[in-house]
Amino acid sequence: MTSSPRQEAGWEVVIGLEIHVQLSTNTKIFSGASTKFGAPPNSQACAIDLGMPGVLPVVNEQVYPKAIAFGLAVGANIETCSVFDRKNYFYPDLPKGYQITQMNYPIVRGGQVDILLESGETKTICITRAHLEEDAGKSLHEDFPGMTAIDLNRAGTPLLEIVSEPDMNSAAEAVAYAKHIHQLVTYLDVSDGDMSQGSLRCDANVSIRRTGDSDLGTRTETKNVNSFRYLERAITYEIERQIAILEGGGRIIQETRLYDPVRDETRPMRSKETATDYRYFPEPDLLPVLIDQAYIQAVRESMPELPVAKRVRFEKEYDLSAADAIVLTSNVQLANYFERVAATGGDSRLAANWVRVELLGKLNREGMELDDAPVSAEQLGSIVTRIRDNTISGKIAKTVFDGLWSGQASSADDFIKSHGLEQVSGADELEPIVTAIIAANPSQAKQYRSGKTKLLGFFVGQVMKETQGKANPQQVNDLIKKLLDN
Amino acid sequence: MLHKRTITELRTGLQKGEFSAEELTLYYLERIEGNARELNAYITVTADIAMEQARRSDRDRGKGVAGPLSGIPIAYKDIFCTEGVRTSAGSLMLDKFIAPYSATVVEKLSGAGAVMLGKTNMDEFAMGSSNENSHYGHVLNPWDKERVPGGSSGGSAAAVAAGLCAAATGTDTGGSIRQPASFCGVTGIKPTYGRISRWGIIAYASSLDQAGPITRTAEDAALMLQVMAGHDAKDSTSIATEVPDYTRTLGDSIKGQRIGLCREYFEEGLDGATEKIIMEAVAVLESLGAIISEVTLPNTRHAIPAYYIIAPAECSANLSRYDGVRYGYRCENPTDLQDLYKRSRSEALGEEVKQRILVGTFVLSAGYYDAYYRKAQQVRRLIKNDFVEAFKEVDILLSPTAPAPAFRIGEKSGDQIAMYLQDIYTIASNLAGLPAISIPAGMNGQLPTGLQLIGNYLDEARLLNVAHQFQLQTNWHRLSPPEGGP
Repeated sequence: MTSSPRQEAGWEVVIGLEIHVQLSTNTKIFSGASTKFGAPPNSQACAIDLGMPGVLPVVNEQVYPKAIAFGLAVGANIETCSVFDRKNYFYPDLPKGYQITQMNYPIVRGGQVDILLESGETKTICITRAHLEEDAGKSLHEDFPGMTAIDLNRAGTPLLEIVSEPDMNSAAEAVAYAKHIHQLVTYLDVSDGDMSQGSLRCDANVSIRRTGDSDLGTRTETKNVNSFRYLERAITYEIERQIAILEGGGRIIQETRLYDPVRDETRPMRSKETATDYRYFPEPDLLPVLIDQAYIQAVRESMPELPVAKRVRFEKEYDLSAADAIVLTSNVQLANYFERVAATGGDSRLAANWVRVELLGKLNREGMELDDAPVSAEQLGSIVTRIRDNTISGKIAKTVFDGLWSGQASSADDFIKSHGLEQVSGADELEPIVTAIIAANPSQAKQYRSGKTKLLGFFVGQVMKETQGKANPQQVNDLIKKLLDN
Repeated sequence: MLHKRTITELRTGLQKGEFSAEELTLYYLERIEGNARELNAYITVTADIAMEQARRSDRDRGKGVAGPLSGIPIAYKDIFCTEGVRTSAGSLMLDKFIAPYSATVVEKLSGAGAVMLGKTNMDEFAMGSSNENSHYGHVLNPWDKERVPGGSSGGSAAAVAAGLCAAATGTDTGGSIRQPASFCGVTGIKPTYGRISRWGIIAYASSLDQAGPITRTAEDAALMLQVMAGHDAKDSTSIATEVPDYTRTLGDSIKGQRIGLCREYFEEGLDGATEKIIMEAVAVLESLGAIISEVTLPNTRHAIPAYYIIAPAECSANLSRYDGVRYGYRCENPTDLQDLYKRSRSEALGEEVKQRILVGTFVLSAGYYDAYYRKAQQVRRLIKNDFVEAFKEVDILLSPTAPAPAFRIGEKSGDQIAMYLQDIYTIASNLAGLPAISIPAGMNGQLPTGLQLIGNYLDEARLLNVAHQFQLQTNWHRLSPPEGGP
């Protein structure tokens, strides 16, 4: 990540994010239609989603605990009374001609998160509010030349819109904040967080001002950015564009823009897509949402451990370094995977090392996700067990890991046995081998005995070669020393 | 003369085997056929469905499983979605709209065995007090074909009055059941907001819309309401309270019932003959032991202005879905998206509808919201409080339903204020969400005149009881308009 290169040149950047999180419910926020991604166009749009005459919305109650859990996780106020409103504008992917959202009385108010900067410092970003609303459908302009196709499968998908204060001062901070929110909502199972499917999308409000100015500059809003990389690029582009305009004596126009990843630039949206007056008013088809303290308490009690708490616990309970704990708690699946490896393997630091270095390295090289990993946590745990009890060396363990990865065996023990990889560690077995090697290399033995102890490595290497790596290195060391020193 | 019988009487005839449901339905279909062009009460006649439902009713009766309304031929205001049948809301916009589902009310009535004769004419999207705003032409008042039947449920009221169905459904946003019931000499009840599900009823102003039956008698209204009322999980604003047995208390004495005359409803603007009719009706109720007093609703004069802000505001959003994109009217050869929106809506929506959308859009606009919409909501609360205060002193409020009997077609077309004043006595109960019934109370020359009773929340049983006791003493509800046909 890079911070704005122009920041030192007398400009201060101010960024606020609106993050739209699709909630991981089975059905839509106001209808019983499925929210599953990737179905044929318009196959998951019922009469309510289509805005047919006479239909009425009914709130999917699954959305409340998700919104509340998020609010509690960021230390926000959960409003005991929140109200749905209609936001009016015409667009073909908005079937009713209005979006049901929460304007004046959102379900979550306030809150804050501490983001970790690259410098290692933390910075507090305040959250203004988070409110429930419905997603719109999709307008497809590309596939049908000269026409626009409408897919309403997404229409009515529940969203939590999380609005930050303008507390971020660089693209890097904005990305760190967005990642933090992503981590939180996936931890809480508020959302599946799958950005490639649009489960988390950012609108970036960016403005710049002369360092030291107290008034904010005119901002632009870059909408619907759906990857962290694009978010960073869009903001960086926008910062540079605004600086260039102001330094050239121009004026920033307050407008809505879109980021085009192909050309790596932001462009103004067609003005027709940006209504100026949404004429909000309370949605008469829905009653105010009343939430009592007992309900909030029930959500609180059912909340899983949050990332920070988990990180602290990992450091303590598993005796991990801060760096290991940060990586292993970066997402909840990985954290759970690690805990299962540690439980099966019986050595948490060894488990952490294997998950971080071997597993993540392999996944990274193969371009795979943890979900797709062919080695289960229990299998990896069984490898750790055999390293711990000296059945195999770390080096052999890598062979075992590769064997399990490619499906050659179902457990570490099966693979070790079928490939004869047990470590040779008994003195009974090793001593004749070491004795024979000393006998076969008399000049080296002589040099060692006359003080050139560095030659220990030579002997160890020979023993390993002889045992095809199966000898326990520590025992070999001890044995060689013992026999040569005699 | 089957068409003059009440539901109660028709049920007896069906039970005794005097006639079959098939015969009864055929009888009504022939009357509709003979009358079709004359009153223009129906937009769509569903003869095939009616005959099929009638035959099923006869089979059910044979098997002893007939529902409470089995074989009773009814009509639905064309704002209730009916699966597989055009549901137009009186608009060119939905002229070709075939509903893919039925309103909860329709499902309940069908489930109770009612036979659907067809869909009745109405003011476009229920906006109007004269039924002069329908894409399908005026409905004529069966008592005087130079006059309007009232609106917006004018087709339903005219059809019941003229014996073109045994009962009909209506919707009432500012008086749209009660005022046409008054003009046509029939009984119409708007229950407490939320008592009947709005699912599948095309929305005009969601916080005010409420369905109800239009019938010949209060007893029939009780039978219909019994089936129509109840909680519906598909409508978040529907009330969960259990539905009482409305017929059980019809015969109760009304001795000691405290009836309050709303002082503000007898002031300037009330036609002298109408006032006389109402006071004679009051005397009847007094003779039955009711205790009459005067109450005040000081904020009455603000009701119409508040209504004509809140209802247009909600309708401006509710009607946004009619954009020519997914269903409904689409203009020919649109040049671009804006052209599609503009021309589809301009061409397919009527003047009154367009005007209300414009007013609603205006009052919700930035800079005007506080002065209009917010203020109107405050007034609404004051009006509600007036009723809360009044119901501390009395059990029921009494007033004329409309300031004068049915006016001539075209008489008020140029004078919107005069038209809006039609609803001066009915609108406040919509704003407060209270139940209210209109029953025939006398004749003003050749024109029927209705009496309105307003009850406390969920007090429909009391309204029906008082109305029924009044009808046991009077004959006004038994009068039929003159006719030349069969």
